[in-house]
Amino acid sequence: MSNKVIAPVASHDAGRKLFSSKIAATVVWTVTILWTIPTFGLLVSSFRDKQSIFDSGWWTAFTHPHFTLANYHSVLFGNTSAPGLSNGVLPYFVNSIVITIPAVVFPIAIATMAAYALAWVRFRGSDIIFYAIFALQIVPLQMALIPLLQLFTGGAHLGSITLIPKLGIAGKFAGIWLPHTMFALPLAIYLLHNFISSLPKDLMEAAHVDGASHFTVFRRIVLPLATPAIAAFSIFQFLWVWNDLLVALTFASGTEEVAPINVKLASLVGQWGSSWEVLCAGAFVTIALPLVVFFSLQRYFVRGLLAGSVK
Amino acid sequence: MGSFWSTNITKFGQIFEAIAIFFAVLGVIFYLAGRVKGKFQRPLAILVLLGPALLLLIGGLVIPAIQTILFSFKDDTSSKFVGFKNYAWVATDPNIHSVLINTILWIAITPVLTTGLGLLLAIFLDRMKRESVPKALIFMPMAISFVGASVIWQFVYNYADPKQPQTGLLSTIVRHLGFTPSNWILTSPLNNFLLMAIFVWVQTGFAMVILSAAIKAVPADIVEASALDGASGFKLFRQITFPMVRSTFIVVFATMVVTSLKLFDIVRTMTGGNFGTNVISNEIYSQVFTKFNQGRGSALAIVLFLLVTPILVYNIRNIRRERSIA
Repeated sequence: MSNKVIAPVASHDAGRKLFSSKIAATVVWTVTILWTIPTFGLLVSSFRDKQSIFDSGWWTAFTHPHFTLANYHSVLFGNTSAPGLSNGVLPYFVNSIVITIPAVVFPIAIATMAAYALAWVRFRGSDIIFYAIFALQIVPLQMALIPLLQLFTGGAHLGSITLIPKLGIAGKFAGIWLPHTMFALPLAIYLLHNFISSLPKDLMEAAHVDGASHFTVFRRIVLPLATPAIAAFSIFQFLWVWNDLLVALTFASGTEEVAPINVKLASLVGQWGSSWEVLCAGAFVTIALPLVVFFSLQRYFVRGLLAGSVK
Repeated sequence: MGSFWSTNITKFGQIFEAIAIFFAVLGVIFYLAGRVKGKFQRPLAILVLLGPALLLLIGGLVIPAIQTILFSFKDDTSSKFVGFKNYAWVATDPNIHSVLINTILWIAITPVLTTGLGLLLAIFLDRMKRESVPKALIFMPMAISFVGASVIWQFVYNYADPKQPQTGLLSTIVRHLGFTPSNWILTSPLNNFLLMAIFVWVQTGFAMVILSAAIKAVPADIVEASALDGASGFKLFRQITFPMVRSTFIVVFATMVVTSLKLFDIVRTMTGGNFGTNVISNEIYSQVFTKFNQGRGSALAIVLFLLVTPILVYNIRNIRRERSIA
């Protein structure tokens, strides 16, 4: 911008931008504050005792500071006087971890393999399969839940012939990993295919000339190069599984043995006599881990979302 | 406490066990299939790499979807065919009418609000120097489950008997403005909009982040060139920026329509579908799992599927066009 004619225009433009950027900043910060207040209010309340929550709004807590960790103690470790909380929510928190890790690892491994096959081992019909898989994204989970649950509990039969024996995994962790894996595949394959198909062609060809099999290429070249996409989708899938209610309600029942914390929180909300101090602390225990993951890995998560929506 | 730890160690053990078995099986198959040479090499690679995904998709989505179509023509226990009886029920039952009206309200309102506000924020963020903090905070609700969000907002909407102190934020603000707060969640049709506010709160950040990335991807020289030509402010946006982010805008909008159509958690947690707030996803769940009427639940699931289908067709056509350009 050393051109003498343009320079004054540019500074005029900068002046206009400064003005409108003030309006922009005001609007954005207003929305930011509005967006943060509800969560902040709940966070403050989770440290107040039962009587204070009942007597006054959380915003008064700063004029008469009186905070306690008792809510978290009773929510985590149990409180026999609170309905539905005799053992606390810690077992459900553990269940959430046990459900989430394999439900992230399995679909991503299987989807990466499939994405590579569809992108680089092309064969007749591979395009149609790709579109069909993309189309499956749209099948509402509600359409698959009932038959799948029946399959898990009763197997599949054609007349008197048993096609698939009953899997006996209903109400076990495997019975939640499997549907999550199945339901994640369409989006995972689509996203990873977008990324893997854009890898340089020469690289693959050179490896094949050197006599590498598809499996070697997959492990030695595709997996390392696809790591950013895999990381991005992992975070996406982690949040999805951790925050899921529908699949967990259907396949995990509500028991302490397998139900995740999100289901437990939902049942506490519906429970008669659940009081606010329990719900506030319970909600924060539920959302703590996703928030940590979100804030620390936000960049990768955004990248994953972008890969999915903008192509 | 002792049993607590032993239970949890067993549970965590299941993670390692499952993942170890999974990768051990994969490793063995890869090793064996990798040793095959000659004309079977390629078909075997396709089978091993693509097979598991196809098997799971067929078993988990294709066959169940077909079964649901069949169930929708059968009675409550799926024991005999009843023709279109379930669909006739969908078409005539007054409760279902209100469910469908609410669902239509959701898809008419929430995508416009989330995508519109998201776009506005994205434009404004583009003009700010330090955008990362507001961006992260507005985006944050995306990480919170709808159930968690419902608890957060129940607290905002909390209403207490007039004799007791109001501790809900909304009630307090309304009272300070000189009005009498009502029992928000029980007041139809207002409560529908209060539930939608939660959805907007969760999803706007998503729209904002995606659209913000699209706006930043608009080449700076194009914007500068048209600014020199005298375009500014709204005109610049309407003539240059928006046309370049239009396709992203439509994708985000379509995603919002699908998400709001399938919406389940907020209604389930906030009202359980009572007080005139029921939507189709929640009604499917109620029909199947509390009223044990598989036929009606399945018919509703098919209706939901039919509502989503046009968006799917549109998306596939989009991808095909983009791929043919690339």
